[in-house]
Amino acid sequence: MGSQLLRIATAGSVDDGKSTLIGRLLYDSKAIFEDQLGAVERASVARGHDGPDLALITDGLRAEREQGITIDVAYRYFATPRRKFIIADTPGHVQYTRNMVTGSSTADIALILIDARNGVLEQSRRHAFIAALLGIPHLVLCVNKMDLVGYSAGRFEEIREEFRTFAMKLQVADLTFIPMSALTGDNVVSRSRAMPWYDGNSLLHHLEELHVSSDHNLIDARLPVQYVIRPQQMDFRGYAGTIAGGIFRPGDEVTVLPGGFGTTVTRVWGPGGTRLEEAYTGQSVTVELADDIDVGRGDMICRPKNRPHSGQDIEAMLCWLDAGSTLSSGTTYGILHTTRETRASVKEIEYRLDVNTLHRDQSVSGLSLNEIGRIQLRTQTPLHFDPYRRNRGTGSFILIDEATNNTVAAGMILGPSRPEATIAWHSSAVAREQRLSEGTTLWFTGLSGSGKSSVAMEIERRLVASGRPAYVLDGDNLRHGLNADLAFSPEDRAENVRRVAEVAKLLADAGVVAIVALVSPYRAGRDQARAIHAAAGLPFLEIFMDTPLEVAEARDPKGLYTRARAGEIPDFSGVGAPYEAPLAPDLMLRPADGDVAAMAALVLGRLG
Amino acid sequence: MGAVAQPAFRELTDLDKLEAEAVHIIREVAATIERPGLLFSGGKDSVVMLHLAVKAFWPSPVPLPVMHVDTGENFDEVIEFRDRTVERYALRLVVAKVQDDIDAGRVTEDTGPNASRNRLQTVTLLRGIRENQFGAVFGGARRDEEKARAKERVFSFRDEFGQWDPRNQRPELWSLYNGRHRKGENIRVFPLSNWTELDIWTYVLRENIVLPSLYYAHSREVVERDGMLLAVNRFIQPGDGETPFAVSVRFRTIGDATCTGCVESVAATPADVVAEVAAARITERGATRADDRISEAGMEDRKRVGYF
Repeated sequence: MGSQLLRIATAGSVDDGKSTLIGRLLYDSKAIFEDQLGAVERASVARGHDGPDLALITDGLRAEREQGITIDVAYRYFATPRRKFIIADTPGHVQYTRNMVTGSSTADIALILIDARNGVLEQSRRHAFIAALLGIPHLVLCVNKMDLVGYSAGRFEEIREEFRTFAMKLQVADLTFIPMSALTGDNVVSRSRAMPWYDGNSLLHHLEELHVSSDHNLIDARLPVQYVIRPQQMDFRGYAGTIAGGIFRPGDEVTVLPGGFGTTVTRVWGPGGTRLEEAYTGQSVTVELADDIDVGRGDMICRPKNRPHSGQDIEAMLCWLDAGSTLSSGTTYGILHTTRETRASVKEIEYRLDVNTLHRDQSVSGLSLNEIGRIQLRTQTPLHFDPYRRNRGTGSFILIDEATNNTVAAGMILGPSRPEATIAWHSSAVAREQRLSEGTTLWFTGLSGSGKSSVAMEIERRLVASGRPAYVLDGDNLRHGLNADLAFSPEDRAENVRRVAEVAKLLADAGVVAIVALVSPYRAGRDQARAIHAAAGLPFLEIFMDTPLEVAEARDPKGLYTRARAGEIPDFSGVGAPYEAPLAPDLMLRPADGDVAAMAALVLGRLG
Repeated sequence: MGAVAQPAFRELTDLDKLEAEAVHIIREVAATIERPGLLFSGGKDSVVMLHLAVKAFWPSPVPLPVMHVDTGENFDEVIEFRDRTVERYALRLVVAKVQDDIDAGRVTEDTGPNASRNRLQTVTLLRGIRENQFGAVFGGARRDEEKARAKERVFSFRDEFGQWDPRNQRPELWSLYNGRHRKGENIRVFPLSNWTELDIWTYVLRENIVLPSLYYAHSREVVERDGMLLAVNRFIQPGDGETPFAVSVRFRTIGDATCTGCVESVAATPADVVAEVAAARITERGATRADDRISEAGMEDRKRVGYF
């Protein structure tokens, strides 16, 4: 009891040894029972193999055994003393993008298999792209069949470099490479003796150690109302649902959308009437509210100062899943988003994305099976949504064909698409390259006292001295003006980061080097800042001041740690509130890198 | 010193996650599909499923009826357990009897020492769904039980003949479940899809769930047939060359009394069973279900024609 659950998506074809790898994980972790192994051994002998063919363990349906292919997503279960695992086993053939999208939608980690002899193929790129599109936070490239390339470190390095170059175009937070042989078991469950040059973990060890609890959005409180519980002859009205983001506690001020009524949470109940002091993302709860307001299925409970977007015009990436029809502009579908069901028509298909080359084809008029594109939708009633990158729960939807009732598409929301009539974007007459200088944003994140402001000020001084416009956006300074209305709750911190990101974007767009020095403790907030810059086509460098807490606390330039430890500042990052270190910063600065001048030089070196 | 505060590590345990997922699924059905029913046999999976339904709707009573597909070849104590449970939760019980289909000539019974009505259940199940106009039926099946079930959706669409088409299943993404169907069609719903046998037992232990005592070790007269231990009762009699003997056994699954075997065991409490299951080297269906041994694709073929 008390272990964690990790959901894994796998991609790769039979030829890459994917079935063998899964069979190996199940076999070596003793999740294969004797009768299953017996059946596999009998079948292996019947086909003339010596020894059990581990790939047969995952072969499911009769049609698949006959044709030697995998038809659909199959789920496998195994556990080690440390963790429980669910594998969504998805086939990797060209025509099965649909299955990988399905299997990836709930995954914490994706395993992509590559045959070391063949290197990075078109399908490997496709698998990585889909994993990134579906927002899987962790990706492992399993370089398999190392036994067939003589366990060559050089070959592994080649593949790693090639894949890394491609992956830089995707937004993958955490990318790991493991050389292995599923057939012989090298680096699957235990470290390989054949590859002494590899100093990383075995795959199973990596899966057991992976830190996933900070992948969930614990900032934006979202409870889509699923079902209203109102027993007869009892003074009880509870709103049941699964928390899609953030934390809910008795006493929280909340707003219920679409009505917008404000009220307070009085009680939070777990299943069966367990009274909870707090509940967070993923929990199925029932909440009671202080006021008798009209709340029903499809409504969204959130915080007054942190609401999702509400609107009918939505921009999204869409994957078409249906073989029997194609998506075309103007068609109306049923749409299911959180617990809200309405109808939606497709206003525009902006482009279709070639998942192999990432080329955007803007001339298309439809999307057919396995195709992915960017579209604009208009819904019959408003949805309450967040961008998918910020929240998989409130950013995802499916489309349903109203004639056949089939699920025909999966959508990932990018954001509201603003109808021209209300807010127009006025294009400047000055193109970016016509400006006097080239703007960039340097985003320093780290604990209080880690040295962000000192390095930022030094960079600003040097740039201005060299004739290049630069300006420091210091978190403390901004709280005297622009952000004076914000406190230090997770919601207010998120808003603080958003505002600073928007200001930095404007400065960078104007040709200034915007230097942000902000604790910005949440990964989601920093990702949003990066996304804001990416959307505007502006460079963004995330620089992590990796100063250990002990060192920062010993410096304590403003005496804040002393006060935090004394309980005077309850939400202080690193003491009473979390600091989520970047997983893949563009640059990391540690005390060992030298003094302020040396660090500034390192950053300027990256700026070019 | 140096430790980052607790809030960064909010993460549900595996059982809490599985419970939350099942509760979500059960509520989703109640909110979106007309006239759902819950299959209840008194077997451990259906008992756990009912327990989850009770928790999902608290403090309201469970707002749907339970259905038992009765082969007429039951362990007596399972029927007593069923009736006690129904009374305890004030449920409405619907019984669909295989005997009625035999009497009406809709199915024909096998004969011989290994005869079982298990195969005939599908016709009765489909009739029960039709007669009660169930739009959705909850079943306690789990994906870890059998290879055909590993590919089953949580919301499994069945056509007007109750058929499952593995090549034409609706994609199922995130926790967005599409339960739309026409009149005459229905959705089979499996809230325990992601649970394993060990999860079930660990949960039984944690929640103090009461199960029929057949699940715990007791002394019983058995015969050994095709490598399985079958309880001697009014349906199973020793055949030629078979000598009944008494041994301490328990049942890992409880199905039809004609085809459910037991295993030698001294596990007398849920905690003992958790320890035993954790160490088990044979799947529960492999050890105890003659019905899956008919052919390599036994389950797949039965599911295609409407079985759970």
